[in-house]
Amino acid sequence: MTEQDRPQYQQLLARKVEVVNVGLEGFVKDLRDCDIGVVHVDWKPSAGGDPQMAALLAKLGV
Amino acid sequence: MKLIEDANQQALTRILEGEPRLIDIVPARQLIPDLRERMILHAGPPISWDRMCGPMRGAVAGAIVFEGWAKDLPTATKLAASGEIEFHPNHHFGAVGPMTGMTTMSMPLFVVENARFSNRAYCAINEGLGKVMRFGGNDASVLKRLAWLRDVFGPTLGNAIRAAGGIDLKSIVARGLSMGDELHQRNLACSSVFLREIAPWMARTSTDNAVLAECLAFIGQNDQFFLNIAMAMGKAITDPANGIRGSTIVTTMCRNGTDFGIRVSGLGEQWFTAPVEMPEGLYFAGYSEKDANPDMGDSAIVETIGLGGFAMAAAPAVAGFVGAGAPSEAGNFTRSMGEITVAQNPEWTIAAMDFAGVPTGIDIRLVVDSGVVPVINTGIAHREPGIGQVGAGVVKAPLACFQQAIVAIAKDLGVS
Repeated sequence: MTEQDRPQYQQLLARKVEVVNVGLEGFVKDLRDCDIGVVHVDWKPSAGGDPQMAALLAKLGV
Repeated sequence: MKLIEDANQQALTRILEGEPRLIDIVPARQLIPDLRERMILHAGPPISWDRMCGPMRGAVAGAIVFEGWAKDLPTATKLAASGEIEFHPNHHFGAVGPMTGMTTMSMPLFVVENARFSNRAYCAINEGLGKVMRFGGNDASVLKRLAWLRDVFGPTLGNAIRAAGGIDLKSIVARGLSMGDELHQRNLACSSVFLREIAPWMARTSTDNAVLAECLAFIGQNDQFFLNIAMAMGKAITDPANGIRGSTIVTTMCRNGTDFGIRVSGLGEQWFTAPVEMPEGLYFAGYSEKDANPDMGDSAIVETIGLGGFAMAAAPAVAGFVGAGAPSEAGNFTRSMGEITVAQNPEWTIAAMDFAGVPTGIDIRLVVDSGVVPVINTGIAHREPGIGQVGAGVVKAPLACFQQAIVAIAKDLGVS
């Protein structure tokens, strides 16, 4: 099987991996410990995950 | 929602268009006709005697003796507990006060006029450091200083302010931000610039050189002198932005040592309160968090207009003083507050942020959506009455206030 015949996800992992980590910051340290480049995005679900408040905010235009 | 966006734009415009000028110092009873005998205005949202914290009770007892309603502190405390003293928030009378925020009828107040909207706001004179009433101090030295402010300093500075035709405040703040002030825990630059502007007028209007020297020294020796002027300015700027239906912009943040309270433009005079949090910070030698009182004061009005913790990037030295991390991290506070505000103030810029304006117009929707709450730079009072300041730190506004306000404004707008 040539490189081009491999599924796309395998091609990705065959090259140097760089990661964008969204949300939980705990993964960042593990990746950095493996010398993998990682950019952390500080993200939380709207209203801390409270669905009623999130729905209200959506109606109020957030 | 277009109604909200339009209302917020109107509220923001009113905040940014404010033209605050310090125009006078006048005894409170002349400014606030409803301020009567046996009536005390305090910091924060409404609170009764039985729920007041130690420093607030200490300040109340001191204020009662100061006004001559009781002969000594024990008698004053009994009087306060008897229900014969009326307590109201400063904010209900166009005023603000730092920490305990005592305002009684004979106290001289700064008068700041917002020329753009023809409204006025008031704040007592900063007492300086050490044992002071704003931190719950109430001994003879505290009351003696208050009497001097009432009888000597207030009239002297008031004469000078009137002779000067008032002092423009926005330009002083702009210069202070470029000189390392954030206007809450650091007012050294603004106090100095103010002194530079007012000193010639004090010299022209004073008839007694000894009094003049004493008054100039009082301003010059108090790095926080300008804070109380900035607070009256904040109140004068935010009041015209209140009462715009649909607006989700915060117009008041304050605390009384027990509760934190906010008011929101679209909801007018309604308070949204939650238990106030303990500041995280650094303590003076000999004190620790065991001695600290939960946060208090109307001074968070400066954060409400984008200063204080919101302008931390302008004052990296303050980050260390309040225990908020390395000076290089000060910008993170300002960037974070940018996530919960709708604009920057182009007249108040921060050099260290490439002259970005201070984050202005706190939107309760952005606070609740992101979970990022306003940060406030604050002094820390001892939890027992009569002792005073024991440290300085940063306190976070409770998210619950903003959540309650979201539910209330949704109800008001018929959204469910």
